[in-house]
Parts: sequence; structure tokens; C-alpha cells
Amino acid sequence: MASPVGPPKGPKLPRQPRSAKEPKAANLPTSTSDHGTARRWVASTRRTRAAAWQRLRAISQPRLTRGNVLAAGITVLLGLGVVAQVQSTQAGDLEELRQEDLIGLLDDVTVRADNLEDEVRQLELDRDRLAGGQDDDAAARAAQSRLETYQILAGTVPVVGPGIEIVVRDPEGGLDTTTMIDLIQELRDAGAEAIQIGDVRVVASTWVEVRRDTLVVDSVNVPKPYRIIAIGDPHTLAGGLAIPGGFADKVRRSGGSLDVVEGDEQSIDALHSPTDRDYAQPVP
Amino acid sequence: MIPVFGLAVGVVLGLLLQPEVPLWLEPYLAIAVIAALDAVFGGVRASLEGVFNDRVFVISIASNVVVAALIVFLGIQLGVGAQLSTGVVVVLGLRIFSNVASIRRHLLGA
Repeated sequence: MASPVGPPKGPKLPRQPRSAKEPKAANLPTSTSDHGTARRWVASTRRTRAAAWQRLRAISQPRLTRGNVLAAGITVLLGLGVVAQVQSTQAGDLEELRQEDLIGLLDDVTVRADNLEDEVRQLELDRDRLAGGQDDDAAARAAQSRLETYQILAGTVPVVGPGIEIVVRDPEGGLDTTTMIDLIQELRDAGAEAIQIGDVRVVASTWVEVRRDTLVVDSVNVPKPYRIIAIGDPHTLAGGLAIPGGFADKVRRSGGSLDVVEGDEQSIDALHSPTDRDYAQPVP
Repeated sequence: MIPVFGLAVGVVLGLLLQPEVPLWLEPYLAIAVIAALDAVFGGVRASLEGVFNDRVFVISIASNVVVAALIVFLGIQLGVGAQLSTGVVVVLGLRIFSNVASIRRHLLGA
């Protein structure tokens, strides 16, 4: 397109209908006050416009000139640069940011990290506290469980649960102390967790004696018929009593009789009040 | 016409090759592209005015790119790279606008 500077404008212009358009052209706003100058300006504008279109058509023809090739080479580079820049802008995230933006971003991130660290510390404290609390809770539960076990063993609380109720009728007074001790031993062997004879709770320190046809348990006379309640597995307890040569046999041999009732909801309400100890001290 | 093909070829090449722009070139490439755009619009305007000169075109595009890169380089060295880049973009954008306005006047007469 090595077009010469200042091409011949006159011959290339196909149309110059200046006379027909002149009145309208005069209405065009123009900075000049002189009507003739305005007319000339309009005419030159129209002429250059036509010339521009002419040249646009001319440069639309693919002509292999030096200028075209040079411009093509440069536009190739331009397209390459545009695409590269666009893609790197789209791909790059932090690289494209200005220094102030980066500093702001860094500040934001730092503040956020600080906040998060604070939160982490707080949460760790909470967690430790909760874990400790859980330990305390577990310890409390274990302690409570131990306490209940000891209370039941010591006979200081009423007990309910599955077990058996034995009613012993001994009209002839044939039961002796040994038989009653055997009964307690048999029940304990069968897994009785709590035993009550008459209105007396049987505990570790309980003693039994049959004194002149009267059953005495822990210095308390038990009225006839003897009523014994044991908490434990009902079948095992009843089976323990029914073994040959066991308690049931001995009661029958001594002329008495007994009823054993297995129940899921036996209740022991007799309490043992622990006495003050005078001598035993736990080993520290 | 051939320069338009060149632009298309460049775009396709860029899409196909996916050129990796080096980090140190990043601040200059954007400015250089805008400077080259300005020169291209100037060239279109010149050819519509019939005063296109390939020598002038090449020198103008090269000098635009070099001067823009120099200004950005100087700005980066002085610590005002971002501001100077913005200034260059504004100036080149104004020139592109005026060139496009000139092309529009040439083609549409308005």
C-alpha cells in the first residue's frame, strides 16, 4: 500500500453533486462565519470521505507490497502479544496485582491468620476444658457407681431387682444356727447381691444365731415365719437352695417347709446402719 | 487486507502456542500492546487519509512500544510504576480514541 502522499483526489471522485445539496449543507453547524468557507468545508469533507472509502476499498485488496508485509508482520506480533497478555492476565492471580493491592492482601491474610490462630487457641482451650470435664464426669460416674456398690454391700440403701423370696415355716423349731448360716452362704454363693432376713439387712458384719427356737439376726429377733429376700439371678438362687442336701432339704428334714417365689421385682427395704469403727484404719 | 490476516494469524498463533510471558516482561507487554494498538489505529487513519507510509508506520510503532516500555521501566525504578503505567494507558487510550474518531469522520463523515 505504498501509496504516495497526497494522492490525486479530483479524478478519483465519482460523484460531486454539490449543487443539489448546497442548501442543506448550509445548515450544517460550522465555526466559520463566512458562508463560502463553510461551503468549501462541507465540500472538502465530502470529498475526503469519498476518498477515504476509495482508499479503504483499495487497501482491502490483498496486494503484496512492502508496507503490507511489514504491517502484516507487526499485526502478527500484535495479535500474539494481545493473546499472550490476555491469557497471562487470566491465568495470573497475584502476579498481576499492584504492590499496594498485594500489601493490602497480605495485611488481610495476616489479620485473618491471626484471628484464626486466636480461634484455634480458644478452641483448644475449650477442647481441653471439655475433655477435662469429661474426665471429671467419667470419674464422677465411676465414683457414683462405686458408691452405689458400697452402699448396697453396706446395706445403707434400699434395693430392688430380680430375686427370690423365701418363706420358711418351722413349727417344730428344728432349724439351727448352722442351717441359717448355710442359707446365707448358699445365697451368697449363688450370687445374691443383697439379702434380707425378716426385717434385718444381711451385711458383712451380720451374725446369725438360733437361740431357744428364736432366730436372732444382728441382735434382732426375727418373727416366724421367716421371710428371706435375696436379690440376684432368681433361677440361680432358687437352684442353690434346691440342691440335694441343701437348705430346702434340711428344712424339710427338720420338719419345716418353705416356699420359694422367684420375682423380677423383689424389694429389700431393711437398712443397716453402720456403726462407728474404733480400731480399723485404712492403710494410707 | 494482509495486515488483517496478520492479526488473525497472530491471534491463532497465540492461542495455539500459548506463549509463556516471562515475569519481567509482564508489566511491559500490556503497555507495549496498547502502544502498538495506538500505532495500528494511527496507520489505519493514515492510510484512509492517503498518507500511509510504511517507514513512518514501522518507526512509529517501534518508537511507541519502546517509549512506553521505557516509561514503565523508569516508573518501576522510581517506585511509581503503577501510576506511570496508568498514565501511559490513559494517554495511549486518548490517542486511540482520537484516531478512531478520525477514522470515523473519514468513513462516515460525522
